[in-house]
Amino acid sequence: MKHSYIGEAITRIEDERLLSGKGKYIDDLKLPGMAAMAIFRSPHAHAYINNIDISQALEVKGVLDVFCADHLDALPSIPLRLAPFPGFERYLQKPIAVNKVRYVGEPIAVVVAENRYIAEDALDLLSVEFTALPAITTVDQAISGKNLIHEETGENIATHYTVSRGNSDYAFANAGYTRKERFVTNRHGAVPLETRGLIAEFDPVKPLLRLHGATKVNFFNRRHLSDAFRLKEEEVELIETDVGGGFGARGELYPEEYLVPMASRRVGRPVKWIEDRRENLSAMNHSRDIIVEIEIAATKTGKLLGMRGTVLGDMGAYVRTNGGVVPSKAAQFLPGPYRIEAFSCDVQFLITNKTPVGTYRGPGRFEANFCRERMIDLMAADLDLDPAAVRIENLMTPSELPYRIGELVPGDPDATFDEGDHPGALKRLLEEADYDKWKNRQGEIIDGHAYGLGIACFIESSAAGPPESAVVSVAPNGSIEVKTGASSVGQGTETGLAQICADYLDIDIKRIIVRHGSTTLLPSGGGTFHSRNTVMAGNATRIASETLKQRAIELAALRWNCPTNDLIYINGSVQNTTDVLSLEELAAFAATRHETLSATGTFDNEKKLSYSYGAHAALAAIDLETGVVVIKKYFLTEEIGRALNPALVQGQAVGGVVQGLGGTLLDHMIYDENGQLLTGSFADYLLPTSSNLPEITAITLEESPSKLNPMGFKGAGEGGIVAVAAAVGNAVALALKPYNIAITELPLTPDRLRASLRKTGN
Amino acid sequence: MMETVHKIKLTVNDTLREFTAEARMTLADCLREKLDLTGTHLGCEHGVCGACTVIVDGKSIRSCLMFAVQANGSTVTTVEGLAENGILSPLQEAFRDNYALQCGFCTPGMLTTADAFLKENPSPSRSEVESAISGNICRCTGYISIVDAILDAATRLAEKGDK
Amino acid sequence: MKPAKFKYLYPSTIEETLECAFDHGEDVRFLAGGQSLVPMMNFRVATPEVLVDLNGIRELQKILIDDTGNIHIGAMTRTRTLETDNSIGTANPLLAEATKHIAHVQIRNRGTIGGSLAHADPAAELPGIILACDAEIYLQSPTRSRSVAAKDFFQGVFVTDIAQKELLIKVVMPAWPVERFWAFLEVARREGDFALVGVASWFDVDKSGRISDARVVAIGVSDRPVRLKGAEAQLSDQLPNSETFERASKAANSGITPTHDIHASAEYRREVSEVLVRRTLNEAWKRG
Repeated sequence: MKHSYIGEAITRIEDERLLSGKGKYIDDLKLPGMAAMAIFRSPHAHAYINNIDISQALEVKGVLDVFCADHLDALPSIPLRLAPFPGFERYLQKPIAVNKVRYVGEPIAVVVAENRYIAEDALDLLSVEFTALPAITTVDQAISGKNLIHEETGENIATHYTVSRGNSDYAFANAGYTRKERFVTNRHGAVPLETRGLIAEFDPVKPLLRLHGATKVNFFNRRHLSDAFRLKEEEVELIETDVGGGFGARGELYPEEYLVPMASRRVGRPVKWIEDRRENLSAMNHSRDIIVEIEIAATKTGKLLGMRGTVLGDMGAYVRTNGGVVPSKAAQFLPGPYRIEAFSCDVQFLITNKTPVGTYRGPGRFEANFCRERMIDLMAADLDLDPAAVRIENLMTPSELPYRIGELVPGDPDATFDEGDHPGALKRLLEEADYDKWKNRQGEIIDGHAYGLGIACFIESSAAGPPESAVVSVAPNGSIEVKTGASSVGQGTETGLAQICADYLDIDIKRIIVRHGSTTLLPSGGGTFHSRNTVMAGNATRIASETLKQRAIELAALRWNCPTNDLIYINGSVQNTTDVLSLEELAAFAATRHETLSATGTFDNEKKLSYSYGAHAALAAIDLETGVVVIKKYFLTEEIGRALNPALVQGQAVGGVVQGLGGTLLDHMIYDENGQLLTGSFADYLLPTSSNLPEITAITLEESPSKLNPMGFKGAGEGGIVAVAAAVGNAVALALKPYNIAITELPLTPDRLRASLRKTGN
Repeated sequence: MMETVHKIKLTVNDTLREFTAEARMTLADCLREKLDLTGTHLGCEHGVCGACTVIVDGKSIRSCLMFAVQANGSTVTTVEGLAENGILSPLQEAFRDNYALQCGFCTPGMLTTADAFLKENPSPSRSEVESAISGNICRCTGYISIVDAILDAATRLAEKGDK
Repeated sequence: MKPAKFKYLYPSTIEETLECAFDHGEDVRFLAGGQSLVPMMNFRVATPEVLVDLNGIRELQKILIDDTGNIHIGAMTRTRTLETDNSIGTANPLLAEATKHIAHVQIRNRGTIGGSLAHADPAAELPGIILACDAEIYLQSPTRSRSVAAKDFFQGVFVTDIAQKELLIKVVMPAWPVERFWAFLEVARREGDFALVGVASWFDVDKSGRISDARVVAIGVSDRPVRLKGAEAQLSDQLPNSETFERASKAANSGITPTHDIHASAEYRREVSEVLVRRTLNEAWKRG
């Protein structure tokens, strides 16, 4: 087989339609008879609902239906998909508020009308009476339990556990150096540019529920929605359209995945619901709201001996499908790629009157890396050691890998960091970032700005979850279709899988169409999360392609009435010594036998995650008088095993860095003491833009191909974001070295930095 | 409240279009709903994200902040009007060749903004391009490839002009 | 986020506009560029029953420099025009510079000077420049015409001296001496955002080399743009040099109680306004 596409930076197949405005996102879809839905959402963070008066809303011309919990039968609970720790089952959310609201934005009533303008007119006429309750907006308030958000549970602690490896008490008792700090990571979130949207067509007679606008984990969601609506799985179809970004937050089961089908069932028409931005900021999963108290133990010369800590995760008002991942991964990744034999961590999951939390790119890792890398730099400063040298001394070396990290998430005892060269990745970064030039110039003032070069190391897992499937088939006209259960949220799935199929079938990539995500495409699929597509869907496509080649040979053997051993597959055709049969001809032949030329491939990595790793460096320039931080240059190295498409890998890295800069300097979901979301629009919730961006150098390393799949891939979707707060935090701390201020809380706003400088008399 | 319905006539992508709409219907919604031009996207409906940017009478503007009735008699270009006879324009090709899109949701607004910008400033510096698109939010690419694409497009357009 | 219903009117003269306003009860609003009003309408925090679109009134779009050098700017002049028009750049370079900081080009293509002044966001650039330049704002209602000095026009957060049914017609900026020293700087979270703090400074120097007149205006520190009279007093009759500018910056906040919000504390605004006073004065001097 001659490889011609895998590893090449080919331009994307998706782009032609997206560039021409021919993408079909959920709001672009129009179905005959379609009605529009709007949701009345709670203006209170915590309140009893005394009365809901829908009468005036019902009278608006063009309104088809108004309903709330009172109009519905037994309401299902939104299930847990990942990290289903015992205790969480007490805090699941119903799709609509029942007697009580627990966060601003919680759905209370639904309006269905001829169009969204009318639906919003009706929302204005809904009248709801509340008895407001005190809002719990901090983890301390949650822990105290003075006011209960879910009274029947008797507490606001959804669950609580301790994980450990080695003997941390011993390590701390015998350490020449210890230090303890508290770090706060800001609540912020995925905030994709396209808000969520769904269209439900509920036909009770067939019966069939078709839900458009689904993505990420469609087969899982279908299983649960079919349960909830008392349908068989095959009576529920989840259809994927073009998607405007997911970043972990889109595609999970939300209240609306239930409410939109309910609305369609009630009015007997297709119903479309498109979230507006105001809703999105309070209704789509928030993330990263974690406080970590961390203590490290080391020798006087900076050799790490142990680490212990407490992770407090603010889960919001309910535990949603994957909320538990965030704090649990923060704890698991706290020790990172370092030789830290003794580690223990107490993890608490707190319920507050805020939007529920779910995963956002690099969940838990962004936070863990910030804490741990800051601690390492603090230790380096205390012991007068070079931060890079300390890391090289403490990073695990190739001979120490693979390394079983211990059961740092309950129920996951086998997590194993695979082979790799962590010091090598760091050294490469230090070279690129010209670390030697900067290491003795930290804090130097250039042009009125204090400069610092901060570094951070990371390790990141990918490819979790169930097996993935692909079906490759050849049409009689010669076009090749790849169908997969994986989703595309914009990362280039159609191109990546086509590259793989084209190489393994030895054909021109232009013949291939990739269809993804929808449950109508194939019997089962694993979905897209945790940067798993390249590994899981990629290998499934490979297997399906190889199986297809076999089938082609078998078909040719039948056609030529000869043994398969006499035949070879080459150049998209099967050949014997004299004749050639193309895939197109073989497909036509199969059709005469009432068969299709197709094959299925399933890839199961048996829950063995791949681990990418590397290092980041940020060169920060700080205007001491205004507290404004500008990142001048950003570097990262990322070992991903093998790049399927280097340009797309680069896009993930750079995109991740910029999102990470937002999370470090700008993004912040701010609540007041009454649980009101103060950042309710883009005027106040700030996302990074094209101005004041650094030069970004992202180096993809392919020196350590994964041994867990024959193509050597590891996921590459999150390495760009996970160490940004860490590197930038360290850069700012080094730039401000002379002023001895704490860099322990995100985001690093001008206001916060000036307040810290002011406190130390600057 | 009296329902005011207006007759609106405007030239969209070189074609005269006519429709009626309530005064409160935005240009963005009319393009998408009445004219089936769904390439223009809604990302915030308060003028910050730039996904809805279209070109009206030669100027890039937020179509979510203009009522369709205000565009009566105007000339509008949307992303669907950028390709020439179904062939991607040099700007669109530059986006593709520089990997300047991932999910594609911000892309129409980026393209119309860049198209109008390059007409006013055919030979921009890098920082001028960064400033020109600073009112367009992208969550996927991190902007650098978009800036590269616009600079590349400037070169391609200049070469095309030279021919 | 769809707006509530309204009646839409599209007059083509000032006279027609005032008749519309007169005829249609209390809940009438004028639609200028729409870059501030329409978001409010989309959020339904503004729900006017009648919207009078000013975009067709040619008389309001004119710019004129009269024979004494005063600049008459029609209320519907787009901020993009203020940014790019050569005659504005020459006639009042401070104004042209400040407009570069207003939001983004797509907003400036529609936003107007009249709309910005009438909206009176305390962190907006144009109110600050108008105050710094001692401009006069001309208003017309169905019953009278009048002008208001900038210093009396801005009265609070989103509050101005405009009475019900009054239309902002034009802004007249006094002639700007070509020898004037000036600068504008702001600190914002991102390019194009509302200023956390912004300062516009100008001063004139007489034949003896001393500062004969000065204005230092801050935006984003209070409920309206404010003249930092403490700073101005320190400049009066002084030699323009870094020691003078330092004294002016230290006196900047006397009498000012800065505001606090989620983006910056009062203390931050106080501190940084002093920094920007010093920086603008130094930059102005260097520019000359």
